[in-house]
Amino acid sequence: MHNILILIVASATTLLIRALPFMLFGNGEKTSPYILYLGDVLPSAIMMMLIVYCLKDTNIMVLSETLPALIAVMVTAGLQFVKHNTLLSIVTGTICYMVLIQLVFI
Amino acid sequence: MKNTLYKEAFKRTLPVLSGYIVLGMGYGILMAKNNFDLVWTLSYGLLTYAGSMQFVAINLMKSSAHLLTVFITTLMVNLRHFLYGLSMVDHYKDAGRYKPYLIFGLTDETYSLVVTWDSPEGVDPYKFAFVMTLFNQIYWVTGGIIGAILGSALTFNTAGIDFAMTALFITVAVEQWCATKNHLPALLGLLGTVICLALFGGSQFLIPAMVLMVSALTLLRPYVDSKDEEGEQHA
Repeated sequence: MHNILILIVASATTLLIRALPFMLFGNGEKTSPYILYLGDVLPSAIMMMLIVYCLKDTNIMVLSETLPALIAVMVTAGLQFVKHNTLLSIVTGTICYMVLIQLVFI
Repeated sequence: MKNTLYKEAFKRTLPVLSGYIVLGMGYGILMAKNNFDLVWTLSYGLLTYAGSMQFVAINLMKSSAHLLTVFITTLMVNLRHFLYGLSMVDHYKDAGRYKPYLIFGLTDETYSLVVTWDSPEGVDPYKFAFVMTLFNQIYWVTGGIIGAILGSALTFNTAGIDFAMTALFITVAVEQWCATKNHLPALLGLLGTVICLALFGGSQFLIPAMVLMVSALTLLRPYVDSKDEEGEQHA
C-alpha cells in the first residue's frame, strides 16, 4: 500500500515540476520578454549541462574511463559539425564508445 | 501528409528508440530483481515517466521511505525539468489539446528533440511534437516490458549503449552552436556545469549549476540581447 503512495507522490511531483513553468509564466496573452529571452538563450546552456550530466560518472583520474568518453564525444561532435547527419553521428559515436570500453580499454 | 509526419517523427526519435529500449530494459530487469512485477514497471513507465527518478524510486520503495522524503528526492532528481518547461513556455503556448501531454512527457530526451522546434513543412508543429513525445514514451514502456519479462536472461553485452543519449545531446548542442553567432550561453552552460561538478560532486552539482546558469544569463541579459540585435543587423 505504501508503495502505491510512493508511486503517486513521485508521479505527481514529477508532473508538478514539468508543469510549473507553464502555470507560472504561460497564462498571459503575450509571453513576457524575460521568458522569451530565457527561451532563447537557455536551450544551448541546458544542452551543455545535459552532456556534462551524462558524463558525470566518468572518473577523470582513470585514463581507461576518460579516453573512451573523450574520443567518442569528439567523434560524435566532429561528425555532426561536418555532415550534420544526426543519426550517423549518434550511431558512429555510440559504436565507437562501445568498442572502446568493451574491447580496447578493458 | 500524415505519413510524412509519422515517418519523420519516427526518424527523429530513432536515437531515443535505441536508448530508451535499452535503458527501459535495464529498468525492467532491476525492478524484477527487486520483486516488483510487470504491473509496477508499467505503472511507473506510464505515470511517472522519468528515467532516473524511476531508478531512484526502487530504493525509496525498498526502504519504505517517508512520503516527504519521496517528494524532496523527486524534486532534487527532476528539478532540471523545470528549465525545459521554462524554455518551452512560448512554443507550447498555443498547443491546445496537445498541451497537457506535451508537458507531461517532457523528459530530457524529448526536450532535446522538441527544443529545436523545426517540424517538417506543412506539418502541424504541435501534433509533430506530440507524436514524437508519444513515440518516446512507447519506447520507454516497451523497454520496461521486455526487461520485466526477460529478466536477466539476456546475455548480449550492451555496456556503453547508453552513450546514445549523450550522443543525442551532443548532436543537438552542435546544431545549436552552428545556428547562432552568440556562443555565450553554450559556453556558460558548459563551464558553469563543469565548475559546479568539480565543486559539489556528481550527486549534488545539478541544482547549483541550474541556479548559476539562470542567474548569469539574467545578469548578462543587456549584453546578450544587444549582441543579438547587432547580429541581426549584420545578417
